[in-house]
This record gives sequence, structure tokens and C-alpha cells, in this order.
Amino acid sequence: MPAQSLRGGVAIVGVGQAGLGEAHGKTEMEILVEAAKAAVKDAGMSMREIDGIATASVGATMWVMPVAEYLGIHPKFVDSTMIGGSSFVAHMLPAMLALEAGLCDAVLVCYGSNQRTSTVGRAGIAKVRSVLDPQPYENPYQPMQPITSYALAAARHMHQYGTTREHLAEVAVAARKWAQLNPDALMRDPLSIDDVLNARMVSDPLSVRDCCLVTDGAGAYVMVRAERAKDLAKPPVYVLGNATATWHRQISSMPDLTVSAAKESGERAFAMAGVKPADVDVLELYDAFTINTLLFLEDLGFCAKGEGGPFVSGGAIAPGGRLPVNTNGGGLSCVHPGMYGMFITIEAVRQLRGECGERQVGGAEIALVHGNGGTLSSQSTAILGTAAAL
Amino acid sequence: MTTPTTEAQAEQGPDRLYAALLNEGRFRIQHCRDCDRHVFYPRNLCPHCGGEALDWTDPKGTGTVYSTSVVRRKPDAGGDYNVALIDLDEGVRMMSRVEGVAPQAVRIGMRVRARVAPAAGDGVPAMVVFDPMEG
Repeated sequence: MPAQSLRGGVAIVGVGQAGLGEAHGKTEMEILVEAAKAAVKDAGMSMREIDGIATASVGATMWVMPVAEYLGIHPKFVDSTMIGGSSFVAHMLPAMLALEAGLCDAVLVCYGSNQRTSTVGRAGIAKVRSVLDPQPYENPYQPMQPITSYALAAARHMHQYGTTREHLAEVAVAARKWAQLNPDALMRDPLSIDDVLNARMVSDPLSVRDCCLVTDGAGAYVMVRAERAKDLAKPPVYVLGNATATWHRQISSMPDLTVSAAKESGERAFAMAGVKPADVDVLELYDAFTINTLLFLEDLGFCAKGEGGPFVSGGAIAPGGRLPVNTNGGGLSCVHPGMYGMFITIEAVRQLRGECGERQVGGAEIALVHGNGGTLSSQSTAILGTAAAL
Repeated sequence: MTTPTTEAQAEQGPDRLYAALLNEGRFRIQHCRDCDRHVFYPRNLCPHCGGEALDWTDPKGTGTVYSTSVVRRKPDAGGDYNVALIDLDEGVRMMSRVEGVAPQAVRIGMRVRARVAPAAGDGVPAMVVFDPMEG
């Protein structure tokens, strides 16, 4: 079966979010379930109809089971694949295969984290991870993970292509301008290039304003086969393509720090979707750090390798620029609860439905979602489209 | 040399053997007889060709800084420190740090030489660090 045959066979029919920002007094499970209920309701379905589930957690390795238990569902399809923040983009393809094969009829993809208000600090998690997920060839040098890995990629890109801290700052400023149009975004104060340049350095060349937020938040979306999607509450958003690639786990094993596996995931996703970068109306790229946006614009074919900096300059990806990127305000200014791939997917769906108010990209028919995980380690690209894009 | 130094080390997997060698002050990497490429970190198959004919070898110890960062830390916690990726002349890359210069003075392209820093207290293991080469 050629990958192209999967194009448009499945649609996202419901999305929901909960606990964005700070979810005081609530557990991760509770906000996850609030988001799941919202997504199912948004689709005009009932939780009783959900017979497939995909989820992942930073801490709980068997997470799909407590979630299914809490929801009271007996899923015929489960996927607990955990490849970091891109997981919730990568969950699309197995769900599409299961739906197309008739193994199940409705898949709920869901995530929740109270990373911001949690009593377990970053240091505590790092200590546990060094035992459960050892990296003996990096940990002795005390990289501040994941930030230092991205800093090393940024430094190499700057050295090799003349990228500057001002270029990186353009990404943060553009994200903030989109966030100012999004009432759900956490950080909406004005932000200038100089503010980013003068912010506290964390791991050179990245300052704290080059780094994503640490927030709480939960999100969920529901996928069904296309023929069912037509009868539901909201306009279907079809999955035209999805592909995942991974070339390394630890940054010291990344072959070329200026080229991510987004190059491969993007090529495969575009091939499945039968579209090219010029066809894409809106992009939601996983901006854990400002360098990500430059790397992904290059690797996904929106500009040549090394030209990401000049490409984003002068507000080119901000509201009113030539290419709308990270329209919710991104992980940099909207929301980033540990893993962010869920939220770029939801934003893309809402853009394609025309639900985004002040930040709506007019006439958006095709959206690109690109998830990243680990230390530039996992890359998953999805191309979504409206009925007009089929 | 293709054999571990002691019988006890012959029982160990590549991870433990590498660490044991570091504890003796020796930095060794692997070389694949099948594809004639070097391998780091140590493994029990060659990631380049899938072969299993891996020998331990002494690297020249010289390399070039591929990328570098300064991790910012409060002075009372020990101050800023360097984290770098080093490309050994044998063609493999490793994470390490460059010592002997200020962390901010480490530059991409800088030529460096390896040294084994012995294990310290608080569970800090023996590890390979680099010093700038003269001239």
C-alpha cells in the first residue's frame, strides 16, 4: 500500500484544551481528562464512542493504561509511543493505520502536564532521569539539558552560516506578537529584539527569552475515518500526510547539528500529502528554542539551508509578515507544558476551521505541523487540510 | 591492541570496559575492521556498517572544537563552565569540555588535545577533557 493512499482517509474532528498556564490544585490526569472531554464534545461525540487512545507522559512509562482506566474505556487500539514533544504529532500515523484497517472507529490523542505548578522540580526530574535514562557519555559534563544541546546547535549554525543572535531574537519577537493576538497565551507583554538580546543568558548563545516557557496545560484531539467525519459537529480537518524520523538521541550523536531529521520527516510527509512548501498557508513549528524555528524552516524546505536567519528578519514570520508561523504564540510565548506537540496540532486545526479570531490566517486551507522531541532527536511532520484541500 | 588488558575486563561490555580504562588513565576508542571507521561511544556493533569486528585503539588524542556553549551558573555554585562537542582526528565526535581557558574563550575550530581527568569526589567519574593546543 503506497503511503499516498492514506492521504485524507482520516480527519481530526474534535480538539480541546484545559489548564493552560497554571492549573493550581489539579493533577495532570484531571486537566488531561478536562481536555479530552472538551475534544470529544467539540466533535459532537460521546466518550463511549472512543475505542482507540494514544498518549504519552514525561514521567509515567505505562501512561496509556491509567488514562484509559480513568476514562472508563476499553480501547481496541493503544499507542503509548514516547519520543518526547513530537509524540502527539507522531501519534497520527499509527492511529490512521488502525482506523483505515478497521481496528477501531475513534481515536483520542491526549496529553496533560502540570510542569509549572508541580512540586517536583527540574533538578529532581534530572536526577531520576540520569538513573532511568542514562547518558553516560554526556551527563558527566553536566550539560543543562535540554537547553545546552540546542545551544550547541545554535552556536554551530551561527558559525557555519553567519546566523546572529538578532536572527534568533526575531523568532522570539514574532512569537510574542502572535501571542498578543491570542487570549489563551501566557506571555503577552511587549517584547523587543533588545529585550531578547539583553535577557539573562542560560547556555550561550541562548538567553532565557530564546527558551520556551514552562507552563501547565492539557490538550486532546479526536480522529475518525473521513466518511464518519462528514456527519460530525465541526468541519473535518483531514490528515493529508504524516511522517516521523529520528537520527540520534543525544546531541553528541547528531551527525550535523545544522540539519535535523525534519528534512526526512518533511520530505515523506509532503510526498504522502502530494503538496509542496509553497502550498502551505500556515505553519506550526515546535519552537522549544528559537533555533528550532530556523532549522525547521530550512529543513522543511521553506528556505535554503543556512538562510533561516535572513528569512525571518524584519518581522517576516510575525503577524502581517510574508509567512504565518506559530500563530498561537508558540512554545516561546503561548504554552509549553513539558511536551508541546499536542498544542501545535490543535492550533493548526483551529486555523483550518477559521476559529482563531484576531490571529486567524485568512483563507487557510493547508497547515503544516512540525513536532520535535528530545534534543532535536525526534521529528514528526504532519500536513493537515480542509475539505477544499482534498 | 585488540584484547582487554585483564581477564576481568574481558567479561565486561564496552561501556564498563571504557570506564575501567578511564579509571586507569587510558582513553581508548573503537575501530571497525570491516569498514575501517572509528566508533564512539563504545558499542558491541558498528553503527556505520553493522559489523561486529570492533577493536580498541588509542586515538591520537587531538581534535577540533565542533561546537561550544557556556553553561551559566551562579558563582557560589561554581560559576560558568564550558560544554563542547569535539571532533577527534579519527572522525568521531564526543561531548566534553575545554579546560585551561575561560569558558567564553573556547572557539569553534580551536585545536585541542585530550587528557583523562581522574575521578573526583561526589561520584564524579574519570572523564576525557581537552586542553587547547599551543600555537
